[in-house]
Amino acid sequence: MDFIAWALVALPAAAGLGGLLLRRREHAAWLGVGTPAAALVCAVVAAFGNPAAAFTLADFGSVRVSAALDLSPTAVAVAIASALVSTLVQLYSVAYLREDARYVPFAAQVNLFCAAMLLVVCADDLVFLLIGWEVMGACSYLLIAHYAKLPAAPGAAAKAFLVTRFGDVGFVLGVMVLGVSAGTFRIGEIEVSSAVAAVSMLLILFGCVGKSAQFPLQVWLPPAMAGPTPVSALIHAATMVAAGAYVLTRLLPVWPEGLLLVVAVVAAVGMVGAGVCAFAATDVKGVLAWSTISQVGFMFAAVAVSAADTALFHLLAHAAFKALLFLTAGVVIALAGTDGSLATTRLRPRSAPLAFWSVTIGLAAMSGLPPLGGFYSKEAVLGAAYEAGTPAGVVVFWAGVVASIVTAAYSARLWLLLFWRGGPRARLAAPRAEAVGLWTLAVATVGTGALYYAGPLRVPELHLDLMALMLIATAGGLYVVADSWWRDRARDPNRLLGRAKGAFALGLYGEALATGAARGAARVASGAARVLDEQLVDRAAVEGSARATVAAGRGAALGHRGGLARHLRLSAAGTLLVAAVAIGVSLWT
Amino acid sequence: MLVACVALPLVGAALTWWLRRGEVGVGAAALALIAAAVLPLGRGDGWWHEVDLAWAPAIRLDFALSVDGVSWPLVVLTALLGLLCCVHNARSGGSPTLTALLLAVQGASTAVFLADNLVLFFIAFEAVLLPMWAVVHRYGIDETRRHAAAKFALFTIAGSLLMATGLFVAAADAGTADLGAIIAGGGVSEGVSLLVFALLALGFAVKAPLWPLHSWLPDAHTAAPTVGSVLLAGVLLKLGTYGLIRVAGGIAPDGAADAAPVLAVLAAAGIVVASLVCLGQGELKRLIAYSSVGHMGFVVLAFATGTEAGVRAALFANLAHGLITPLLFFLAGAVKERTRTGRLAELGGLRVAAPALAGLLGFASLASLGLPGLAGFWGEAFTVYAAAERGGAWFALAAVAAVGAFLTAAYLLRMLKHVSHGAPTAAVAGIGGLSVGEAAVWAPLVAATLALGLAPGPVLDLFATGVL
Repeated sequence: MDFIAWALVALPAAAGLGGLLLRRREHAAWLGVGTPAAALVCAVVAAFGNPAAAFTLADFGSVRVSAALDLSPTAVAVAIASALVSTLVQLYSVAYLREDARYVPFAAQVNLFCAAMLLVVCADDLVFLLIGWEVMGACSYLLIAHYAKLPAAPGAAAKAFLVTRFGDVGFVLGVMVLGVSAGTFRIGEIEVSSAVAAVSMLLILFGCVGKSAQFPLQVWLPPAMAGPTPVSALIHAATMVAAGAYVLTRLLPVWPEGLLLVVAVVAAVGMVGAGVCAFAATDVKGVLAWSTISQVGFMFAAVAVSAADTALFHLLAHAAFKALLFLTAGVVIALAGTDGSLATTRLRPRSAPLAFWSVTIGLAAMSGLPPLGGFYSKEAVLGAAYEAGTPAGVVVFWAGVVASIVTAAYSARLWLLLFWRGGPRARLAAPRAEAVGLWTLAVATVGTGALYYAGPLRVPELHLDLMALMLIATAGGLYVVADSWWRDRARDPNRLLGRAKGAFALGLYGEALATGAARGAARVASGAARVLDEQLVDRAAVEGSARATVAAGRGAALGHRGGLARHLRLSAAGTLLVAAVAIGVSLWT
Repeated sequence: MLVACVALPLVGAALTWWLRRGEVGVGAAALALIAAAVLPLGRGDGWWHEVDLAWAPAIRLDFALSVDGVSWPLVVLTALLGLLCCVHNARSGGSPTLTALLLAVQGASTAVFLADNLVLFFIAFEAVLLPMWAVVHRYGIDETRRHAAAKFALFTIAGSLLMATGLFVAAADAGTADLGAIIAGGGVSEGVSLLVFALLALGFAVKAPLWPLHSWLPDAHTAAPTVGSVLLAGVLLKLGTYGLIRVAGGIAPDGAADAAPVLAVLAAAGIVVASLVCLGQGELKRLIAYSSVGHMGFVVLAFATGTEAGVRAALFANLAHGLITPLLFFLAGAVKERTRTGRLAELGGLRVAAPALAGLLGFASLASLGLPGLAGFWGEAFTVYAAAERGGAWFALAAVAAVGAFLTAAYLLRMLKHVSHGAPTAAVAGIGGLSVGEAAVWAPLVAATLALGLAPGPVLDLFATGVL
């Protein structure tokens, strides 16, 4: 059974590395779709045995790094979701990138990305986990930069990698501090004092905030849409962004209770703030990108009230509906033939029924309408916060209620703007490979609710009063948007935000400010370093000492030039000096 | 076999120069690599094999060579890089004299790694300098080669004279020049330990190079031909760190412990300053040269912690740098050769013009920025671990190292953005893609980077058995 655990990670990794060497498109497509599918099979098989395997990867004397995999039932559930979404994304890409010359490396990089995520999910050793964690960041860089002709792509890619890596400064330090005091990196064996736990978990939280694009490191996610749409689906749904929340759930036993309030604040800002930004966003993928930050905030909220399984429940539900929404967004934008701007993108429900129903189901799940998966998972999060009875619980509960209103509002706005403003009358069909993905994910979105009734997750019971409160909140959000829509159908409901809508659409200028600050700091620091290094150290000290030596040599040579008289004078002066010193010394002694 | 490792390249150098045929050099380098590769046969713990012939007993000079788990990986690295450089030079129609010089550098460096006698160590250390000086001086870029070669030679000689003093003080104090014996005896006596360490460390710090004694390096790298840069980064810098860890740390452990804070602070400063300079650097080879200063800062910082994990991390980072940076220099050389420019502002769109070349450059950059799963990660991540392990003020150095790793990513991504992304510039448009010969030369480095990254265990276990 251990073999299955290794195959789960090694198959996509090998296919990803090997795929980079391929030349023919068909081979790349087969390998691209086949490998995550094989990993999916491995994950499903692993569900029956929950294998765990470990061997020593690196021995540093006082500590060792183990290549340890532990496929607990919850890990298997997340692995199945990741592998499923990766498979569907690969299948979708075969059609989506059918005219792209760089499809071959793309397919290989998606496989590597999938392998990295599976490694994060299954690893039981923090340093081993870090391999997947950072390889995922590097793959996101490669994938976001995929379009060579898009001027924004390289910058967005570098931003994604650098911001997450900035978070990783904290993550690596936190992991190392844990390793130093626990003497091991195995997640199950970590036992440290509460002071060490506080420092290291805050550092690790910083890394998870970066990876999950939570406040204040959310700046990389919206520009990351420069990547192809299937990549967005991959990053937003079951991988990268979810990885931060996932790792937090793994390390929840180490957290000191009192500090969970920090997670709660991060979650609350993310849930509400990003939701408002999503309501203001001006293009389809922008709405979805901000909504991801808001939804991952719900997962952080569950972590803040020590409800790991609940966080994973929402992670799985979100994986299904967000992958569905992103893949459908790609179809909608392609069918409408636009750049994705909400001002121009519009379809009729009858002209593209599959896209219409997919978006409808996805948005309904996101706003938490029963009986879809999102309803159960969101109710579970609120229920856990309600039951927690801690300050963190109070914060995330009320933030969650507000966020539910906002979620319903931006979902309704997107739905209305996309499908109820006319559009081409002709019947438009998506390619079959893309349609398969939409169908599968729509079924998964409907079905994830079943995990509440059966499955490896232990989540709070449904509370009738909470259900009512949540439905009222959702209905309130829907009502506000619907009211605005009925009053004036020509205008975007985001006018509700008034003059602030432009600022919110740009994430309150967070990205521009962060970019400017980073550029400025880099320029100043690098200028100072160059002055120090090139002028002071090299020019002044090193070359200066060389020049001084040469000048001293010239001076000494000058002294040795001149006629006989000068030499005689110098000799006489020298003799006198020596004599004087000798006499002085002899008198002294 | 030990003698063969040293003698084959030297004989090859002589023959190549005499017969004026580069193929002879390639053959000699290949034989030397085989000789180095079979060294672990019949090994035990400690020294695997030893050769000891009296040479000039009056000055305590013995021809004593030995190999263990610390030196063997570096010997193989030297032999591998020597072979790749000879192949590259022969393939690109370079002068046989250059091949001969490269082999001479290789032979002398191997002797440094294998030397078990302090005087022999010093002689070999100096012997590396001459052919390397000639490589830069004679085959470098016209405008700067003389200046760079002179700076390199003077700087290094100044350092090695101090080092020689230190070695002789140590030999006089211990009553023997046998390196293994001094290490086994716990090093020199406590009174002179700090003096010996300081003298040796100064010499090695120039070679490593440790900030602020590094300024010969960017000039030498920028001026040197591709193969010269490869050997400089992959082999010569290793002489400094190997000397620091094995010789200085081995024969003066008390002094090393006393001087550790100074070394550590300088190393951390080097990491940050070099990374920041790279962020504003406009020339490709100069950027990679400065990145070496940062990477060697990690090595020295890890060594300075003095912990078991720190020393292993230092040795590992040292080896990884010896694989990754030569690959980067090979690639930078290929780009410069095709585009006739190394200025970042004039490059761009490599990904469109030569996808395979850009892919390899991306791979090497990711490896250099310490991506986990590739060779660069283990040494640098566990530098952070080792510094955190010391606790107290060392934790600040751990944080500096972690920030340094972030800055490394920043400047390498900036470099990739300029070189690979965007639309092809005039210099890049229409350049040739990756040739089979180039791929063959670079493949071993790529494979070794991956292998060390995925399975660092065996090499770390070798280090654990070493004589330190």
